[in-house]
Amino acid sequence: MTKEFKRIDGIKNNELRPMMAKVGVIPNADGSAIFAFGNTIAIAAVYGPKQLHPQHMQNPATGILRVNYDLLSFSVSDRKKPGPSRRSQEISKVTEWALLPAINLKEFPNTVVDVSIYILQADAGTRTAGINAASMALAHAGIPMRYLVCSVAVGKQDKSLVVDLTKEEEDFEEGEGATDFAIAKIANSDELTLLQMDGKIAPELVNDAVKMATESFKEIYEVQKKALKDFIEAPADSLDKKKKGAKK
Amino acid sequence: MSDDNLIPTITRQKLTKMFSEGKRFDGRGLLDFRELEVSYEVSNKAEGSARVKLGKTEVVVGVKLALGEPYPDSLDKGNITVSGDLLPMASSRFEAGPPDFEAVELPRLVDRAIRESHMIDLSKLVIKEGEKVWTVFIDVYPINDDGNLIDVATIGAVAALMRAHVPALDKDGRVDYHAKPSGKLPLHKDVLPLNFSFYKIGDSIFLDPTREEESVSETRMTFGMSSPGESRINSCQKAGELPLTAADVEMIMSSITKKYEELSEKLKKLL
Repeated sequence: MTKEFKRIDGIKNNELRPMMAKVGVIPNADGSAIFAFGNTIAIAAVYGPKQLHPQHMQNPATGILRVNYDLLSFSVSDRKKPGPSRRSQEISKVTEWALLPAINLKEFPNTVVDVSIYILQADAGTRTAGINAASMALAHAGIPMRYLVCSVAVGKQDKSLVVDLTKEEEDFEEGEGATDFAIAKIANSDELTLLQMDGKIAPELVNDAVKMATESFKEIYEVQKKALKDFIEAPADSLDKKKKGAKK
Repeated sequence: MSDDNLIPTITRQKLTKMFSEGKRFDGRGLLDFRELEVSYEVSNKAEGSARVKLGKTEVVVGVKLALGEPYPDSLDKGNITVSGDLLPMASSRFEAGPPDFEAVELPRLVDRAIRESHMIDLSKLVIKEGEKVWTVFIDVYPINDDGNLIDVATIGAVAALMRAHVPALDKDGRVDYHAKPSGKLPLHKDVLPLNFSFYKIGDSIFLDPTREEESVSETRMTFGMSSPGESRINSCQKAGELPLTAADVEMIMSSITKKYEELSEKLKKLL
């Protein structure tokens, strides 16, 4: 038996950082949302369905989804040069794949739904926070969806699995080091739409990681739902960080 | 889902007529600003950051400091770089991809208002003369565009600079962003640069347009101004295809000092 790993913040291994969620933060957009895991803050905007240009990209059978994810330059300690990088292009694409199975654009042939995700403040888990925000923004925009998409990263520190790592935890180097495993799932289903990992992990722990994420998705889903309900009851119109969907 | 590139002729005619009568859709006078809100701490990874709302227009600005080399013509000074991106998030007008002229012009106008005002004391940002200086990166990102991005981005930049600090250096002379900052960003206290973009429709001149008003206007004139005492104008740029008259410039000059005092007073309460 290995000794139980102690998390840096003194929180439990299956404990998520405090979440904050709110929809309707960008008045111009058809749908928008902000979502935070602790110090990681993502905002997302949805525009569409709208006419797609260039025309050769149009699909007469369905509308298409187009995702753009990026870090704002000042969201990280060492300033990130503005503009797309290979990292942001890859995350944009896997985010698109994570969201696509949850939505149905068949009724909007030849159109595009544009999703922009930007990270205001990064402390690990930016792609998962971005997916949570984007999924809420799609719902807010009224895009036909089966269910929301929930996402979280499960990490391994030495031999212990922990959920929703901070940057400090992600950089852990003792023992077997840190493994980072970003997972997304369509709520109320068992369909996984994002599985992205780097590090070092045993096959049986992969199963455990998925189980651990699945437990966390229940909490995330409730926070997302509450933010959407709160908006219907009291529409917001700015980025104010009122902790409406806050959860301890 | 509106495409705000397309403004119906009827809107253009209606707005032109209203402006000529000194009226606006939202009831403001022609030179009135919308309600201003400023908040801070957009990102704890920035050395300073702010979010500014003017009506429904919203911009976030972050200041980062990094080590660099001085320019050959200013070996004893730090550097300023203003950049930004018109995020597709902020408006259906903006598209991902290479920046168009609007995206190039915005940070340049913010840069000139701040640089020429000498708000930042660049001589105090030198670590080793001729070799190592701080570069102050000011990055502006519109989050929601409802017009007047230049003026709003400048307010955001000033607010973020006012709260900014200089990161610590470790014993090898490298930046340690996690250590306690070495101090506040050196600023000249009495200097508060602001941009005022005057727009023209027909014969009417007005400030702080909504996106709709902006899109029907034919000409823009942006002035950077920085000091209440001397009423100092530091920069200007005329944009748009139609000319301005000398009388227009006179009209603008007769009102700009008062507008500067108004806005800077309002802003000082929020800084």
